[in-house]
Amino acid sequence: MAIFVDENTKVIVQGMTGSEGTKHTGRMIKSGTNIVGGVTPGKGGQVVEIEGKQLPVFNSVAEAVAATGANASVVFVPPKFAKAAVIDAIDAQLPLCVVITEGIPVHDSAAFYAYAATKGTTRLIGPNCPGLISPGKANLGIIPADITGPGKIGLVSKSGTLTYQMMFELRDFGFSTAVGIGGDPIIGTTHIDALRAFQDDPETEAIVMIGEIGGDAEERAAAFIKEYVTKPVVGYVAGFTAPEGKTMGHAGAIVSGSSGTAQAKKEALEAAGVAVGKTPSETAALMRKLLGK
Amino acid sequence: MDLFEYQARDLFEAHNIPVLGGAVASTAAEAEAAAASMGGKVVVKAQVKIGGRGKAGGVKLAESAADARVKAEAILGMDIKGHTVHKVMIAQAAPIAEEYYMAILLDRANRNFLVMASVAGGMEIEEVAHSQPEKLARVGIDPNVGISQAQAIEIVKAGQFPAEVIDQVADVLIKLWAAFVAEDATLMEINPLVKTEDGRIVALDGKVTLDDNASFRHAAHADLEDHASANPLEAAAKAKNLNYVKLDGEVGIIGNGAGLVMSTLDVVAYAGEKYGVKPANFLDIGGGASAEVMANGLSIILGDPDVRSVFVNVFGGITACDAVANGIVQALEILGDKATKPIVVRLDGNNVLEGRRILNEAAHPLVQQLETMDGAAAKAAELAAK
Repeated sequence: MAIFVDENTKVIVQGMTGSEGTKHTGRMIKSGTNIVGGVTPGKGGQVVEIEGKQLPVFNSVAEAVAATGANASVVFVPPKFAKAAVIDAIDAQLPLCVVITEGIPVHDSAAFYAYAATKGTTRLIGPNCPGLISPGKANLGIIPADITGPGKIGLVSKSGTLTYQMMFELRDFGFSTAVGIGGDPIIGTTHIDALRAFQDDPETEAIVMIGEIGGDAEERAAAFIKEYVTKPVVGYVAGFTAPEGKTMGHAGAIVSGSSGTAQAKKEALEAAGVAVGKTPSETAALMRKLLGK
Repeated sequence: MDLFEYQARDLFEAHNIPVLGGAVASTAAEAEAAAASMGGKVVVKAQVKIGGRGKAGGVKLAESAADARVKAEAILGMDIKGHTVHKVMIAQAAPIAEEYYMAILLDRANRNFLVMASVAGGMEIEEVAHSQPEKLARVGIDPNVGISQAQAIEIVKAGQFPAEVIDQVADVLIKLWAAFVAEDATLMEINPLVKTEDGRIVALDGKVTLDDNASFRHAAHADLEDHASANPLEAAAKAKNLNYVKLDGEVGIIGNGAGLVMSTLDVVAYAGEKYGVKPANFLDIGGGASAEVMANGLSIILGDPDVRSVFVNVFGGITACDAVANGIVQALEILGDKATKPIVVRLDGNNVLEGRRILNEAAHPLVQQLETMDGAAAKAAELAAK
């Protein structure tokens, strides 16, 4: 098993005919993902060859689902059109929609998140995220597949490159699933959703949780861990040295007054029994210790 | 982007939210002229994007146009908590009967928008929430539904506004929501919202934050940017589309991905404790960064006089390490003799061997490679030590 995606995941790529969409569709196919087609409104009926695979293009997600039986999508649509793309996936009752696009206005994210919550049939991951990988089974997004293979660690992170770094540090263990949930102020799947899924996944033995400054998602995750998670969790929080009031790259990464600081997040996690590393390598070392290696 | 008060006032006015007359002035003469055209008493208010300006002496009542000039002279150029006052707002003075509070903001935890309304205004809302929570209405708004007339009235009632102003305040709330949506705001706060002695409801002071991600559909928002107080390095970086924040240390930082760069700052700060040095900046060259982006980033950082060493920390996901290495080599060629600071590079991930080979082959005297993030951070901190 793994969480959210596995060998039974059939994927369509929204925005597959764009340059980023085409490039990453190729990478996903190469890493063993079952890509069954793409959606670009107005380009339906075309067939595109990527990595030797003939991929049909559809005008809507509903058409794509009807023709291919897809049960997940990855969105590479530019910010301006991303809201319509996500709503299209929700309308088709697609079980999973992974939004890679960075720079979506937060009013658009708020609207599609609320729409998904009302419909209750689509899990959103992202936006502004690297996607997720269950190594050897499925790779939805832009996480490099060659860092490590399948294993027993589950990872959930707001940051893409920190996900890669941590997968690299713990590459000898391998991962059940690594989920990048994204650094925007409004995201679909949270740390808590992923923690719950990892706790319930028999293949996952231990969990790495990576957070960063801004909001209080880590604090809420800490409360959830205390209440629900019995598997060992190690944590890392980025942004101890970030000044107040400055957005650090991710739209959501901002310390406002005394709220959203890395220190407060670290303390909340530690109070929930999570071992928190000061650096990525120290965090990896904590995980090694926990796993007895 | 946070707006100045006068910009918030103008934006409110454009969306039919009642405001008093107001004008912005950069000189004492402009302030006098603005006050003269308004007539009567005016308030001269420092325009800074930080709270507490009243206590700092940045808000003064002027009896006449001539007095407005004197007050503006005193306020312009003042330093308020590190913010220099470049502009003042000349606002019509109005006799105030009561002060209220109203705001709409992005609620990250609930992933929707939050309306807050209270009969208790003119102070920090955190204080009201703490000391008189029964007077503060907090209501989540579904972005796909918005605020109806009936709901607006309910919210205002819950905020314990007096009966005679409920309709007027509810009307302001509906207009504020319309403005919030139309302008892609993440915060619109009116504090205080006042009742004047003649019974009008007016937004007396406002705070507005606009979503930078939405700038593609708001050409006019570009005019609201504050160029006067922008850090020149941040402005140069922005012109090159780089995600850069100036900090007050000595070790220049370049990395890919916001999380990794934040983490790099932390690791450098820990390593720097021993040497008394800190990170000089945040710079994320992003995913899929090209050689050109790397070169742009490096020239911005090497142009920072505070920087004494540079740490380039890249984990190649989409970004290929060979492109990063080529970028470093090209940047150093372009900069020539202007590049005088040591550069510590740590590459890992996508195409790392090729990236390391390119740098080894170029063998630039300023560049040295280390294999781990911690090791490279320690080296960069050591090189920046006085």
